[in-house]
Amino acid sequence: MSARRVCQDPPLLRWGLTLLAVGYLALFIVLPLVTLFANALSKGWRAYWAAILHPDTLDAVRLTLLAAGIAVPLNALFGLAAAWAVARFEFRGKNLLVTLMDLPLAVSPVVAGLIFILVFGAHGWLGPWLADRGWQIIFALPGIVIATLFVTLPYVARELIPLMQAQGSEEEEAALVLGAGGWRIFFRITLPNIQWSLLYGVVLCTARALGEFGAVSVVSGHIRGETNTLPLHVEILYNEYRFAAAFAVASLLSALALVTLVVKRLLEWKREPQYKALAAQPFGEA
Amino acid sequence: MGIEVRRIYKSFGQFSALRDVSLEVKDGELMALLGPSGSGKTTLLRIIAGLETPDPSEHSAVLIDGQDVTRVEAGVRRVGFVFQHYALFRNMTVFENIAFGLRVRPRKTRPSRAEIQRRVGELLHLIHLESLADRYPWQLSGGQRQRVALARALAIEPRVLLLDEPFGALDAKVRQGLRRWLRKMHDEVHVTSLFVTHDQEEALEVADRIVVMNEGRIEQVGTPDEVFHHPASEFVMDFLGNVNLFRGRIENGKAIFGSLVLDAPGGSASEGQAARLLVRPHELEIHAHSEGRPGLRARVLRVHSAGPLVRVELEAETGEALSVEMTHERFRQTPVARNDHVYVSLRDARLFLDDYSI
Repeated sequence: MSARRVCQDPPLLRWGLTLLAVGYLALFIVLPLVTLFANALSKGWRAYWAAILHPDTLDAVRLTLLAAGIAVPLNALFGLAAAWAVARFEFRGKNLLVTLMDLPLAVSPVVAGLIFILVFGAHGWLGPWLADRGWQIIFALPGIVIATLFVTLPYVARELIPLMQAQGSEEEEAALVLGAGGWRIFFRITLPNIQWSLLYGVVLCTARALGEFGAVSVVSGHIRGETNTLPLHVEILYNEYRFAAAFAVASLLSALALVTLVVKRLLEWKREPQYKALAAQPFGEA
Repeated sequence: MGIEVRRIYKSFGQFSALRDVSLEVKDGELMALLGPSGSGKTTLLRIIAGLETPDPSEHSAVLIDGQDVTRVEAGVRRVGFVFQHYALFRNMTVFENIAFGLRVRPRKTRPSRAEIQRRVGELLHLIHLESLADRYPWQLSGGQRQRVALARALAIEPRVLLLDEPFGALDAKVRQGLRRWLRKMHDEVHVTSLFVTHDQEEALEVADRIVVMNEGRIEQVGTPDEVFHHPASEFVMDFLGNVNLFRGRIENGKAIFGSLVLDAPGGSASEGQAARLLVRPHELEIHAHSEGRPGLRARVLRVHSAGPLVRVELEAETGEALSVEMTHERFRQTPVARNDHVYVSLRDARLFLDDYSI
């Protein structure tokens, strides 16, 4: 008797499918990346560094990091609070909250940007009131931060909700009965149990915040050195036919993305035992 | 002193989980809260622990060691709670799990590092897991986790120990062993304990006294003997083991169940009232002939003789399915086989009218 397994597919199909997947990936992901870096370096290292160290580029880097630096912690906090509420409590409108949280994923970022123009713009609902007090939202840092907040809102919460729902609240109750206070329970029980998923969500959130183009483009006004983020800067350079510089800055963004991917992969390794432990410990068998 | 619960009500939305429940657990006693799922037993346990608050009422109160703790937070009640699914802290070792309750004490009452080390060591010895102190919960078996959960609850020297379905998630063999171990441990530690179970065998075997609950109310409180042999209600009788049920009615002061006629309880039964007769399988006897005993005719459907007892299934002349249990010795004296026509008599039985029983 041959040991051929029932579900084994013919070699031709196996090789065909593998080749298709690899070829697809090479054509649409590897090739553009290689082209990007090749173009970025087409005028030599000197020109590459000149483009990256240009004051406008550095300003864009600073602004991008600042916007992400504000938006990511805020959304991490929000995500944690929202996940806690959804996983731990029963309340009216819970489903609505979960659905609304996904809205930023569904709606086009450009539309989001336009909404903020309508609300905070010079002719918007709150614009005149804010202008009277000397607060500029649109075409300034607050607008960019708000737009970034909007598009990166779901990432942390979406990572945490399923995990916290699966873990349940028995451990926290156990700690409570043993006499631990609220903060102690949070830092000794809740946070360690979700730390890798939280970090994973933060990494995804950061990647999205750094690369956001649409919403930020609408609210920023593209003022060089002031409201120009890295993705916007790439577009400006490209539109001005400074291709090498555009690709150089783009390569910087891509490098950031690659770093995020590596960190994400590492976190997935870290997170795996947590899910395994969850599977080994039968929670809520009923 | 132990635990005292007075007139507790608890509802979740439309569902009322507890309706006017009062209960007393004596000092040093091991008591079982027995009932089907949804009977409110876990809710009562969580209210005693302070994990749920009873519906506000001026008469309701929870007392531990005579102290009113109704408005005292869970963390200060000093109760040990063992969760159904253990709820061990997954990011801590066995040692850290057990030490947790001591380490979170306010500085003034917190034992020294050496003292904690000693106390945890004692508890590890008690649960026979000294060698696994550095393991994580996911590296333990179900029974080991349950014992760690128990040691963790005992570490704070609780005034009372509450256990929610302590053996519910374990397989039959492990349950048996842990049950005996819990009883032995209780005899050593002597802390007032209340445990929830839906397994009547577990309650009968382990507990000093049993509280039978149904639909948010207490049906009966008593020793295992009392609740088993003198059930206060049809529910208790049915829940604590198999029963044969006969339906009949009262006629001329007698309870009539087909050819079986019994004296009705004096005075209380009214003419035509529906009556139910509940008989445990071991309280029925099989004979070849009636010989003047009260009983009824039946036909043998099946004989199960593999097991400590012989179980015979029959169909009564009135159509009811009957189940009779007897020793192998007794079976050898009056052997029966499939399709034999026999006579079934009652050694003991309980007659229930609406809200009345003898």
